[in-house]
Parts: sequence; structure tokens; C-alpha cells
Amino acid sequence: MKAAQVIMDTGTHAAALAVKSARVDVVPGYPITPQTSIMEAIADMVENGELNARFIPVEGEHSVLAAAVAASAAGARVFTATSANGLLYMHEVLHMASGGRLPVVMCNVNRGVFAPWTLWADHQDSFAQRDTGWIQYHCSSNQEVFNTILQAFRVAEQINIPVMVNFDGFAISHCLMPLTLPPQEDIDRFLPPHKPEWRLDPANPSSFSNVTMAAEYATFRQMLSDDIMASIPLVKQAAQEYKDITGMWDGDTIDTYRLEDAEVVAFAVNSMAAELRLSIDILREQGIKAGLLRPRLYLPFPADDIISALPQNAQVMVLDRNYNYGHPGGILASELKNVLFGRRNDITVKNRVMGIGGIDLTRRFMAAEIRAMMDE
Amino acid sequence: MATSIKKLPDTEQVLSGNGACGGCPATMALRIVGKALGSNAIMLLTPSCSVASMGMTPKLGYNWPCINITFASAGSSASGITHAVEIMKEKGRLQGELPTVFSWVGDGGTYDIGFQALSAAAERNDNMIHFCYNNEAYSNTGVQRSGATPRGSFTTTTPTGKRQPKKNMALLMMEHNIPYVATATVAYPGDLYDKVVKAKNIPGMKYIEILAPCYLGWQFDMPETVQMSRMAVRSGAWLLWEAENGKISFNNPSSHIISGKKDPAPVDEYVMKQGRFNRLLKGPDATQRIAEIQGDIDREIAFMRERAKITI
Repeated sequence: MKAAQVIMDTGTHAAALAVKSARVDVVPGYPITPQTSIMEAIADMVENGELNARFIPVEGEHSVLAAAVAASAAGARVFTATSANGLLYMHEVLHMASGGRLPVVMCNVNRGVFAPWTLWADHQDSFAQRDTGWIQYHCSSNQEVFNTILQAFRVAEQINIPVMVNFDGFAISHCLMPLTLPPQEDIDRFLPPHKPEWRLDPANPSSFSNVTMAAEYATFRQMLSDDIMASIPLVKQAAQEYKDITGMWDGDTIDTYRLEDAEVVAFAVNSMAAELRLSIDILREQGIKAGLLRPRLYLPFPADDIISALPQNAQVMVLDRNYNYGHPGGILASELKNVLFGRRNDITVKNRVMGIGGIDLTRRFMAAEIRAMMDE
Repeated sequence: MATSIKKLPDTEQVLSGNGACGGCPATMALRIVGKALGSNAIMLLTPSCSVASMGMTPKLGYNWPCINITFASAGSSASGITHAVEIMKEKGRLQGELPTVFSWVGDGGTYDIGFQALSAAAERNDNMIHFCYNNEAYSNTGVQRSGATPRGSFTTTTPTGKRQPKKNMALLMMEHNIPYVATATVAYPGDLYDKVVKAKNIPGMKYIEILAPCYLGWQFDMPETVQMSRMAVRSGAWLLWEAENGKISFNNPSSHIISGKKDPAPVDEYVMKQGRFNRLLKGPDATQRIAEIQGDIDREIAFMRERAKITI
């Protein structure tokens, strides 16, 4: 058996290596900061023969996803990536991908949305796609990006729902971190070749996404809603089997740190949640029983796992890197309150918005914020 | 000489029973296209008459696998499919001959909302045939103006007649340096058939635009579709031509108009037969506006005659 290889790599290049390991067939792409280097790396791999796939350099993100869904309908394994306004430009086709039950996997490298212009990370872009019917992971390290893309393909193809793998621009996308690459045969064992139940096949002509009457339309939509919820056990199974094969674990629907006896729980996603582990250590040194709960899965929102993981009477400090316009605070807090209501009335939820447009979130800053929130 | 209609294959890809209007030129044209393409093809459509009439999910009036995709996306989605089938064949997951990937899209999905993606697919020279069935308006949504609507035409969004000329989409596509471009119309089925057969056997991007006189939008009597198509060609309002690798040649009877052997029929009769134009006659500026229509046709004939001389 071959040993895993450890290299230093950026988040975007780790994503490209995962795509290569997944043996994808088609990658439509279009540049946008901070995602661009994923597409550059894949274009290079295809050109130099490392990856036997087609890279389609299309003319905009709407077309990126339109090419992706069509290639998926033809039976191919398809990957693409985007950021911020590129993701917003895809919005219509996001609905087609999920409604059409096409298991595309896409990375969104989180970046604040226009206007005004920013290049740096916040989570408005991916959270604004909440109601498009995609499964959404949010990752907090380069290794998790690599691991999650492979898990995403497995889940997507098992349940025919597209999956978005999110991670922060620059903090993850452009920073070097150690990356463990499992042997290819292990990945092949984890992720078998894509065998779609249905594809566009001249030997078996059928129509795809043409007109439905209300009853059929409603049935399709109900099935999508039900199946998104039914993906939770598949997400868990994928994480567990990935661990069994590679030994690596990033959490399944959630990831926790020093949570068991915590009285104060930080609740956040992506790279800030990695930094928050250090904030938790600072708070612990100050005598505060702090812990971390990071939803790795944002959609479907892992309500049951969150509810069973939260210690009794905990104060949950939700740190949102986004705005929930029309409501005070951020979107994660709103989602959390939604699932706690009537089920965990012992829990107090407090919320602050921070890190918008890439404002640096250090361990000390976030520890101080959590302390201040305790006094509110 | 174009293939005689009597010699076209008996095979049908447009099955009997669909929701199209009587006399629908798009369905008529698709039937001819089907005879040329055969069954080994994958069809893309954007929301349009041909989707609305193909049958309700999961039934299908066309004998191909069909995907209805987002309105702006025929070019990019066809690229996705053509690359997918090619790579799956290379990897041994598809057996047999590669299917022809073709889009069947109206003028809205070609001239307007679909232009960007189509232009990019053409620039990449991806392997597909893009058919534009051009009824010169958004007929499916109840006849609104498109970039293909000719000057003077009444639509629900040009209630006093359109003030701008249409653009020459086929020529724009040719200027992308693609290997094959052709125009056709339903009154000349053999010409259409031959062009589709030719396109099918050329790798890369092929564009075929089919003038599709729509009785509803153009406001003429339903049985007169073919006659209207023929009048469009005879008056020079529609030119039949094709271009292989940028070299334009004109097809009968447009070739006679271009060469000057035959004068185009005056536009008056063509205009008078169509409610979309003949409302102009009631206006105080009727003479001027009919002259504008004639002027656009004359200009296009003269321009295409000169453009065809460039054979670099």
C-alpha cells in the first residue's frame, strides 16, 4: 500500500488537486478573484495531460454553470468554481442544477459582493444562495477543502443534488498549509466512477425539464426538499468512510472543539472558525468555559446535530460574517434561533457581525468580542 | 440543384401529435432537419414555442433526447454536452458514433438573450449545430419585438411599428470565422435539407438560420406559411446563402437576385399580405415607412453582394 504524500499547498491548488483525484470529465471555467487559480491549475493539468478531462473556457459565470449542468445531464462528472458576483450571476442556473437533479460540484471561494467593490472574504455570496436547493459545505482549512470536494462528489452523485464547497478567499485560497494527499487508489475506493441513472441518450430519447403541470411540478419540488433533508445521513456516511480510508476527519455535519463542558459556545463557519479554536484556548486560560461549534454543513442546516451537541444552558455567541438584511445581525444567528425555538429553550443566543469585506479576525479580537458579548 | 422534396428520407424525428399551431413553420422546418440529422443526436432547446409544443413532462413529440435549458445558454450548454460526449467516448464510457449535438432556438434565444453564449461558443469553435428558427419576434410570449424583428413590423412592444432595422445575425456568426453558416426557409425544404446534411459532416461550430413565417405574429392566414416564406425570398427580404470557411455563395432563387439576373419582387405584395406591416398603411406616413422597408431590403442585398466578393 502506498503512503500518503504531504506537501505545502494553497487552498485553491488543493481544490484543483482534489478535482484531479476525483477524475472529473468536464470543467467549465471563468476567472474571478480569488477563485481564478483553481481554474488556472485545472487548465494546466488538462493541457499537460495530468487530468484526462475537458476544460471549457466560457465567457461568463452564467454560461459556466449552464455548460456544467448540460455536461452533467449528458452523463459526465462535472466540476467548476466561482466567487462572489460570479456566484450571483449563476443564480438562475443554480436553480436549474438542483431542480434538474444534476450532481455538479462547485467551489465557491467566499468574497464580499459588489457594490462597493471588495476582493476579500465574507459570506454574503454563499448565504445569499440559501434557497437555491444546493447542499452547502463550508470549510476551515486547505485540507478540509481537499477532503470535502471528494466527499461532495460522493454525496451529490448518491442523491442527485448539486453541492457547493465554500471556503474563504485569501485566508484559505491563497495561504500555504500542509496538505496530505492520500494515495489515488484510496480515493478511487472512496469515490467510484460516476454512473448516472439517467442521461441524454439518443438510444433512449426522453425530455428533460420541459413543461410540467402543477401537480408534477409540485411533486418535483417536494422531492427536492425531502431529498435535501435526506442528504444528512449521506454526508455523515461520506465523512466516516473517508476517515476509514484516509484517516482524515474534519467533522461531518458539524465540527466541535472543547464543547462538552462549555458554558459559552462560539458558533461560526469557515476560516474564522479555525482561528476561533485559538480564541477558545485564550478564554479557557481566562477561566471561561468556552467551546466551539462549527457547522461544516450550512445546507441542509444540521439542526438535530446542533441541538444534541449544545451543552445545557449554554450561551451561544454567533459570529456572523454576513448581514441578514431586514433583521438585526447575521444569517447564521437567524438559522440557529429557528432550529432552537421550542426545542432548546435553555439556550441563549447572542450575535455579532464581523469580518465583513475581509477585515482581519484574530484570535485575540474574537476572544475579546466573545467576552464583551457575555456582558450584554 | 437542391434535393427534391420527393427524395427526402421517409424517417421522421418529429413525431405525430404535438402542441404547435397549425401551419407552424418551426415544426415544419424541424421535420426537415430531422430527416437530415437522423436519430443519433442530442437536442437543446431554450424556453420557446418548440418547448411549449413538444409535449408535457415526461411526454415528448421529438425522437431525440431533449433538454430545455436556461434562456441565455444555448451556446454554452451545447458546449457542455458536446465536450461531455466527446470525453466520455474517449474514456470508453460511450460506444458507437458520437451523436450530433444541436440547439433548436428561436430568434430571441439567438439574437438577444442567447447572443453572448452563442458568440463565445462560436469563437471556441465547439462542435455543434446551432439552429435559429427565426419568426422575427417573441412569438411564444405573444409577439414582442426582438433583434430579428424587421423595421416597420408591429408587435405588442412596437405598437406603432418597429423603428430600427433587424441585424444580420447569420453574417455576424460568419464573422466569428466558423466553418459553416447557412440561411434557409420552409418554402425550400430541399435547400434546408442539403444544408443540414452538409453541416452534420463538418466538425466545429455550424450555424443555420431558418426564416419561420409565424401566422400569429405576422398576421396572415394559417395555410399560407409556405407561400409567405417563398414571398420573403422572392422579395429579397430573406436571402438564401451559405458560407463554407467564410466564402459566401447564394442559393436559388436568391442567387439570381444577387447576380442581377432577376429583380426582387417589389415588397408591397409581401407587406400587404401581413397584418404586422399593413397597419402602417393606415398611418399618415405610410409611403415613407413602406419605403424604409424597401430601403432596408435593397441595402441588405447590395451589402451581401459586396460582402460575398471578399474571399480572403
